[in-house]
Amino acid sequence: MSEPVVETQDLAVQFGGVHAVDHVNFILRERELRCLIGPNGAGKSTFFKSITGQIRAANSSGRVFIRGQDVTGWATRHIMRLGIGVKTQVPSVMNGLTVLENLWLSARRTAGHDGADAAVEEVVAELELNGIARRLVGELAHGQRQLVEIGTVLANKPWLVLLDEPAAGLTNAETDRLVAIIKRINQTATLIVVDHDMHFVRTLDSWITVFHQGAILVEGHADKVLTDPSVREVYLGNRA
Amino acid sequence: MTSSGFGIGRIRWNWLGALAVLIAALPLVYETSTPTLLAIWALFALSLALMWGYAGILSFGHAAYFGLGAYTYAIASFNIGESTVPLLLALVVPAIVAAIIGALMFYGRISDVYLGVMTLVVTLILNRFMNATAGDAYRIGNARLGGFNGIPAFPTLNVPGDPNWAIYGTAYYYVVIVCLLAAYLIARWILSSAFGRTLIGIRENEQRMELLGYDVAGYKTAIFSVSGAMAGLAGSLFANWAEIVTPSVFSLGQTAEVLIWVIVGGLGTLIGPMIAAVALGSLKLGLGHQTTIDNSLVLGAILILVVLLIPRGFAPSFAAWRRLFAQAQVHRRQARSTRRRRLALQDAKQ
Repeated sequence: MSEPVVETQDLAVQFGGVHAVDHVNFILRERELRCLIGPNGAGKSTFFKSITGQIRAANSSGRVFIRGQDVTGWATRHIMRLGIGVKTQVPSVMNGLTVLENLWLSARRTAGHDGADAAVEEVVAELELNGIARRLVGELAHGQRQLVEIGTVLANKPWLVLLDEPAAGLTNAETDRLVAIIKRINQTATLIVVDHDMHFVRTLDSWITVFHQGAILVEGHADKVLTDPSVREVYLGNRA
Repeated sequence: MTSSGFGIGRIRWNWLGALAVLIAALPLVYETSTPTLLAIWALFALSLALMWGYAGILSFGHAAYFGLGAYTYAIASFNIGESTVPLLLALVVPAIVAAIIGALMFYGRISDVYLGVMTLVVTLILNRFMNATAGDAYRIGNARLGGFNGIPAFPTLNVPGDPNWAIYGTAYYYVVIVCLLAAYLIARWILSSAFGRTLIGIRENEQRMELLGYDVAGYKTAIFSVSGAMAGLAGSLFANWAEIVTPSVFSLGQTAEVLIWVIVGGLGTLIGPMIAAVALGSLKLGLGHQTTIDNSLVLGAILILVVLLIPRGFAPSFAAWRRLFAQAQVHRRQARSTRRRRLALQDAKQ
């Protein structure tokens, strides 16, 4: 079994009296595709943010390791520079800039000024963004903006990709396309995907971690987890 | 495929050339004192336009760096006896102070509102302090700070290496114009560089830039410092023009004026705020000759009207109108040619 690329030890996040993440021990291995699911308020996004240094140290305890390096308390930018790409829950893009400019800013940091244009072209071709490349991102539809944000993540050429609710607000056709894109990314990178959309999660056909009240309720392959009675009880209800 | 221009646009060298000829010829037909002052104000406006318009940093205390530049020049020239080193110090000292204050604010993750308050407080403290420096105890080397009365009679600009060869009148006007042009071209160069594009990204979405691994606080500190240096240069040129420096350079009025110039001229452009500084500055000087209307009332009224009627400011609105006009022209031309083709077809059928 390969070495863990992301590991949390006893990770806890507390806001006032609320345990948003409750002493979580989590392991993710190289080239793995992992889905994090759970009902609203289960702590998925907070967990996600604490891995990437977006939660203030005063609110959290425990340790986070990335490729064996203890990154607990690191600033977000330093963690990102390890080669991590993040897509946030609400699309975080530069609305006043064009699609190309968004991608260029991402590519420029890793590929440098000279290599950025080539990296941008690659992403435009991979995500088929040609038709909207010169449009302002603020003018695009939600699904297109989601795609642009994924593009900015990819332009950085990360080895670890964290996608928070990438399928939110997408049509079925867009979701199917997103699944294909994620599988393609997974050929070269490790992924964590947070989502609510069961159709989407099932299609990804991956290992799943279920969060409930800030803690890990159960982990396992999609087939097993989605039929687990405890999961059905706390989260899925009759929809499974 | 290229990443395109980040909304900066190209320099229109023909326009710039024509403007340069006009500015160069101005002393032939008009006195130079007022245009010199207006150019200094344009430089001051440019310094804030660069920082606020392109990096999204709103400072309510930009007069602090203008004033620091003015005082640094006055104190240094008093002590050194010539102007070259003091002029350089008037750039460096505000840049360092801005870098220190900027680093404290940006690495301290102060929110925009507190940032505005902090910059304002720095200016007010400097204003209060300088007003309280009357008496012989307050001196730096040979220069007495002079409290409310300020520092008069310091050596003004001279030709580098020759303190006896003073630069004043028309020659000083040309020096100021060259400084303004150089600052504008430097600002354009900064914006078209990778550094400038990153600043624009930060203005658009700080969180995204942080998630891409950029040192957002470092970039903001750097542009805060560059902007401080430009404001400091404007301050030192102002000191040379006025031949006296008083605490009024740190006043709230000075801070408010530069904000108004940038808002009226338009955020996200460099030319707009410079033109607004010249236009509103001329208006202020014109109104200064009469006592019927208070000129701050007029400036306030203009600000309210601009915010209500053209919230993007003059330059961006003018560019948008021009684009609309050009599009309308194209549509009209297309409609005309379609009509002509239809008529030709009808003629052919008959």
